Amino acid sequence: MSINEITEHPDSNSLKSGLYNKTVKSDVKLKNKIKNNIVEKIIENIFLLSSLISIISLIIITIFIFLNGSAIFFKVGFTDIIFGMEWKPLEGSFGIFPMILASVLVTIGTTIIGVSIGLMTAVLLAEISPKNLSKIIRPAIDLLAGIPSVVYGFFGLIVIVPIIDSKFGGGGNSLLAAIIILGIMILPTIVSISETSIRSVPKEYKEGSLALGASHIETIFKVILPAAKSGIFASIVLAMGRAIGETMAVILVIGNTPQLPNSLFDRARTLTSNIAIEMGYAQGLHQEALFATGVVLFVFIMILNIILNVFIRKAGECT
Amino acid sequence: MHLKIRKIKDTILKTIIWICGLITIGILAWILTYTIANGISHLSLNFIFSEFKGDKHGIFPMILNTIYIVLLSVVISTPIGIFSAIYLVEYSKPGKMLSMIRFAIETLQGIPSIIYGLFGFIFFVTFMQFSFSLLAGALTLSIMVLPTIIRTTEEALKTVPTSYREGSLALGATKLQTIIKVVLPSAIPGILNSVILSIGRIVGETAAVYLTAGMVTRFPQSIMDSGRTLSVHLYVLANEGLSFEEAFATATILIITVAIINLITGLIAKRISKSTVGS
Repeated sequence: MSINEITEHPDSNSLKSGLYNKTVKSDVKLKNKIKNNIVEKIIENIFLLSSLISIISLIIITIFIFLNGSAIFFKVGFTDIIFGMEWKPLEGSFGIFPMILASVLVTIGTTIIGVSIGLMTAVLLAEISPKNLSKIIRPAIDLLAGIPSVVYGFFGLIVIVPIIDSKFGGGGNSLLAAIIILGIMILPTIVSISETSIRSVPKEYKEGSLALGASHIETIFKVILPAAKSGIFASIVLAMGRAIGETMAVILVIGNTPQLPNSLFDRARTLTSNIAIEMGYAQGLHQEALFATGVVLFVFIMILNIILNVFIRKAGECT
Repeated sequence: MHLKIRKIKDTILKTIIWICGLITIGILAWILTYTIANGISHLSLNFIFSEFKGDKHGIFPMILNTIYIVLLSVVISTPIGIFSAIYLVEYSKPGKMLSMIRFAIETLQGIPSIIYGLFGFIFFVTFMQFSFSLLAGALTLSIMVLPTIIRTTEEALKTVPTSYREGSLALGATKLQTIIKVVLPSAIPGILNSVILSIGRIVGETAAVYLTAGMVTRFPQSIMDSGRTLSVHLYVLANEGLSFEEAFATATILIITVAIINLITGLIAKRISKSTVGS
């Protein structure tokens, strides 16, 4: 950074000249300077150590999760866990395939609902609605982005689940309820990030397209959205990460039965809810199986993160 | 003819956009009004300030637990976060070290809270033998909010004009003096913002706290005591299904807290934009 270049004064020169200068005064000055230098170095190292804490935390987290979660893969068998259909931890079957499937289905469903509605809302706020309206709506969306997920889950339990029950029967606790409530939950994230990236598209693109005779709507779909695509993709991947990682809101509405769902109206259990529900009382191999669930989740998230980073880097190159 | 089809297409798409926007706004407004309308009637001083014991179903212990966890986490994570941000912006040089730190921060940010909970449970609760305690919860949350604090503080430090630094150095100040007396004071609103953002995340967190701080509803005696935060309380109330009125009231308090936090960050953001325009 700029300071680095500026502060590289020729300290070695002042040291040399100090050696030749025999007056006491400059000797004291020199000592102070050295003392200052030492203090500066110590504090710089404190700053460095602080930033190493992130690395250390990540390493410890990874080690502890993998250490506790990978042994069971060798004891029970990798395929018996990943592709096992039955989760009966007290009887020794630890199949988590139904939960992997439920997590994937919930994530895909959530993303479809959240992205289609959220992206259109972002277009509305950035391009179509009057400025004053956007000014009122934006703080409301920020507020909703900050509301704890458990509040969404509670709303889902009280409102969405009974609606599904009365329309389709079956109690209402279902994959569909989880998808709807998570879809609503990720809307604020998608809207605010997509809106920002739509707004950052250079005005010339829009003006050029309009000048060529395209209508405003055509310009939005054929010029502006393609130009903002890396930011939009980043918001989608971020939303997917939130959907696959969400726990409490899902537990409240999905029913938590560890079985293979046959339809959207079936009860199911995700990877996250499996951990949260059983961690409190699990012992021994059962606990290890829950950590194995954590390992699978961790791997999913890592893949999503890598994808996200690629998009962010691309977005950085574009602008 | 062709023009007509284009016009119809435009109108259809525009209608779809408006419908989607109205769905978003409608649903979000529905959640807010529904929760608050149902919660406000149960919200009384008695509910807020009484304990949770016997027939008393107050939430005062939960409020205290939440405050304790917020304070502890902020005290732990803020200095570390600010120091790291200073290192990253002012000292670090491009290289392997820097990209490793960046990678760690990005990854920590993406890890879901249940994994933090799992880690806190096995590391702080079991391995370090803190048992279910406010301290274990706060330490877990501190790691969780660290990326937020570092990133927001970094942004704040980056907005301090280079000319400020150059001026200070030209006057003979050392690099450290420049950082403490010139850079940090100009970045204070942004740093404050990062702390408030992380408070919002801590208040709203459920999964990680539930697995590390436990769910005891007593008044906490020390930071080694287990305690239930407001969000965990809402989860338990909703899950047990015993009293939805209390759940609505708790949800309302959470929403009000978030609203206050957003109001403060909004004010700070306004101050930041004013001061940068002024310079």
